[in-house]
Amino acid sequence: MSDTALAPARSRRRILPLSLRLWGLLILLVACAAGYMLIGAEAPWSFLLPYRGAKLAALVLVGVALSVATVVFQTLTANRILTPSLMGFDALYIFVLTLMVHSLGATAYANIPVGLIFTINLGSMALLGLLLFAVLLRLARGDMVRLVLTGIVLGLLIRSITEFVQRLIDPNEFQTVQSLSVARFTQVDTGLLALSSLAIGVGLVLAWRLRLRLDVLALGDAAATGLGEPPAKLQRHAMLVICLLVASATALVGPMASQGAGPSSFFGLIVTAIAHVLTPTHRHSVLLPSAALIGGIILVGGQLMAERVFALATPLIVVIELIGGGVFLIVLLKRRAA
Amino acid sequence: MIRISGLSHSIAGTPILRDIDLTIPRGGITALIGPNGAGKSTLLSLIARLQKIQTGTITVGDLTIGTASDQDLARTLAVMAQSSHVQARLRLSELVSFGRYPWNRGRPGPQDHARVEQALERFGLIPLRDRFLDEISGGQRQRAFAAMAYVQDTPYLLLDEPLNNLDIAAARDLMSLVRDMADTDGRTVVIVLHDINYATAFADHLVVMKDGAIAAQGRPDQTVSEALLEQVFGTRARVEILQDRPVVLV
Amino acid sequence: MTFRTPSRIFLSGLALLMILSVLSIGIGVSDLGIWGTFSDPDARQILWEVRVPRTLAALLAGAGLAVSGQAMQILVRNRFIEPMSAGAGQSAALGVLLVTLLVPSAAIWVKMVGASLAALTGSLVLMAILRPMPPTQPLLPALVALVYGGVISAVVSFIAFQGDLAQFLGSWLTGEFSGVLRGRYELLWIAGGASVLMYLIADRLTLLSLGEDAARALGVNVGLITATAVAGLSVVTAMIVVSVGSIPFVGLVVPNLTARLTGDNLRRALPLTALCGALMVLGADILSRLIRFPYEIPVATTVAVIGAVLFLVLINRDPRSRGAAGVNPAASADRKGGSHV
Repeated sequence: MSDTALAPARSRRRILPLSLRLWGLLILLVACAAGYMLIGAEAPWSFLLPYRGAKLAALVLVGVALSVATVVFQTLTANRILTPSLMGFDALYIFVLTLMVHSLGATAYANIPVGLIFTINLGSMALLGLLLFAVLLRLARGDMVRLVLTGIVLGLLIRSITEFVQRLIDPNEFQTVQSLSVARFTQVDTGLLALSSLAIGVGLVLAWRLRLRLDVLALGDAAATGLGEPPAKLQRHAMLVICLLVASATALVGPMASQGAGPSSFFGLIVTAIAHVLTPTHRHSVLLPSAALIGGIILVGGQLMAERVFALATPLIVVIELIGGGVFLIVLLKRRAA
Repeated sequence: MIRISGLSHSIAGTPILRDIDLTIPRGGITALIGPNGAGKSTLLSLIARLQKIQTGTITVGDLTIGTASDQDLARTLAVMAQSSHVQARLRLSELVSFGRYPWNRGRPGPQDHARVEQALERFGLIPLRDRFLDEISGGQRQRAFAAMAYVQDTPYLLLDEPLNNLDIAAARDLMSLVRDMADTDGRTVVIVLHDINYATAFADHLVVMKDGAIAAQGRPDQTVSEALLEQVFGTRARVEILQDRPVVLV
Repeated sequence: MTFRTPSRIFLSGLALLMILSVLSIGIGVSDLGIWGTFSDPDARQILWEVRVPRTLAALLAGAGLAVSGQAMQILVRNRFIEPMSAGAGQSAALGVLLVTLLVPSAAIWVKMVGASLAALTGSLVLMAILRPMPPTQPLLPALVALVYGGVISAVVSFIAFQGDLAQFLGSWLTGEFSGVLRGRYELLWIAGGASVLMYLIADRLTLLSLGEDAARALGVNVGLITATAVAGLSVVTAMIVVSVGSIPFVGLVVPNLTARLTGDNLRRALPLTALCGALMVLGADILSRLIRFPYEIPVATTVAVIGAVLFLVLINRDPRSRGAAGVNPAASADRKGGSHV
């Protein structure tokens, strides 16, 4: 709004068509994946292929799922800085986990088949997620800053309650929960991998089918209603997709939150910020794949760099949080300047 | 025809609309006027289904708000909302083509493109078609939203204070476009206006509201009078008849 | 009679604090008994080595957190900010971490100075970021401050991981009083001293809240008062982080509650703020010890649950009553103005 004078020049400038940019991102993702499989391959392939392959699959799945969920979430809440993880969606996962270990005991919990745990987790997260979202929208009352602040504090609250409940359970069981609740890309259960890729696949298809309706929702509540897409209906639908994606990703590798201090995962925020810069459009048929690819590139490429190039002792998540927090501040402060 | 019967609405215990019965005739422009807080915008947003109806019924044509399908309503009733602020970064032509959404569900065909072209032409938006919405003036943006409502091809069109923040040139310009939609295309337009003089100049039918009820309605020349101004708006102002229509001297 | 009400509240608060303190001294794995403390030397030792220090630590930390929160809110003219979560707390941790990594054998007072200086820097940077922000959007600085704290805490995590100190960090940063013994909490008396210092400049801080120009016109040395207050709250925050760890939300919630009771005249508000802060932390600590006796929940966790709920209430209070909280009504009209990001 401030730079009307520069506008005509900028609006006509589009160096590469959007479809080419998407192809470019895809090539970059494939290159990262190839690099991840090949660089530093010293063990025999019979070992490396399944080992690295499973890790790679997990990274891609998680990156894609969280990115798509974030794009949908941001359109739903009409903001570009709050993400599902930031408001504690993945902390819900530990919460449910803690409750399960608490009520069943660690031994009984260990005997439940993976599939059942996965299903219970998914269902309860979807339920709690919808509840959380309803509370958030009610409190925010259409004010964007209030929405984001409320979302973050809700996230802190969920994390604190979770931690509180964890301390209530037996110290041994607490150990079990702790080991389950740190994001880990190091060991991936193949059964879980198959299950969650199925769930994430379903979530992605559903998200893709929402793309045209999301375009309309981005026009604002009133315009969307006038065009025959009342937000309330779409919101419930889209929230279930978001919960499915975030829950499956979290169940696969554990929550993306780090030590629990301060706002946690900014991963989705970085992804959507980059997606809006690289593929500037309102169309979700471009934004969704663009964010998905960028999410994959950041996790695979980042893991490749962290693991093989810099040999960092720090988990990738901490690095992402560091960069993401910076991006968040810049977005906020730039918005104020505009 | 829009029929409203027994419509009441309250927000946080405060009554906004009290038992309204109103029939808005088919065709022409009906303007809702009244002092601030009279309930004009609430009434319009209930017809536009932007808020849930608490008591009473509203029918638009043969569709009942609340029970008719969203798609049928979107093909019958276009809404130009009060604050047309769009979060997405859109080009003007992209915005206008969203007006076709109720007909194509987001998959535009050749007919849709032709319709959008025609609308851009008619609303004088061709030179601005590739501009982003945040790069054009308020008047141009309102014209774009009017074009969007136009391509929605609905028999009914609702506008909530579209002249807010527009200068006189942009305001007159927009009102003539709306007038033209009513005359040439036979649309039924319901519009909330702040300025009585715009209402008397452009509307065929006035509905005057006060304290959540209908205070008066009828043709502008038979409705607007010094007595009405004092009674409804609580201000003494002279009303002159100029070129067969009442003008409030402010 | 407006002045009566707060003083009555103050007295009943004081009485409650006494009761809680006695309770706090009485709770523990070994049952002391009233007579035991006189006759049994072991019981006496537990009393003076463990129970009394722990109770004093909770009192000092709570009062310090609340007072420094209120001082910070005056300095940045925003009600939704506190040093502990807005950079000072995390910076203090960063300071200790850096000192520990660079000079592993450093004495406690070196760590203390490092933490204080880092907290000071962190606060000053935040104030510089927030300074140009218009008061029309009171929640925006709160959001920026929270994220700013998060970024510094990510830096802390990063350095800790690289320096192989991550394990140590997790347990150490979460505020709890279970490790408090005689000889291990005395730094908190410095926090207490810094809080008293802020009380001494209370009148001038109140004037500062009218705006710098107004304060200057009334003869306040703005630079000096600001510097004293920032230094004071940095020292308080650093001492608490060094001796018991980070305790969130107290500095946010308590000043907001007391401002409703006594208004914004700091000379009157600060004692009540300190009292309520002490009550909140001591109460939470007692709760943390009792809920799963004999195990303990870190006091920071208990406080966070209570504090987050109260904070949500504060930022989402009915707009009609928000005028009293110094929140500009322009914020609610914000959406139409284009509040998208």
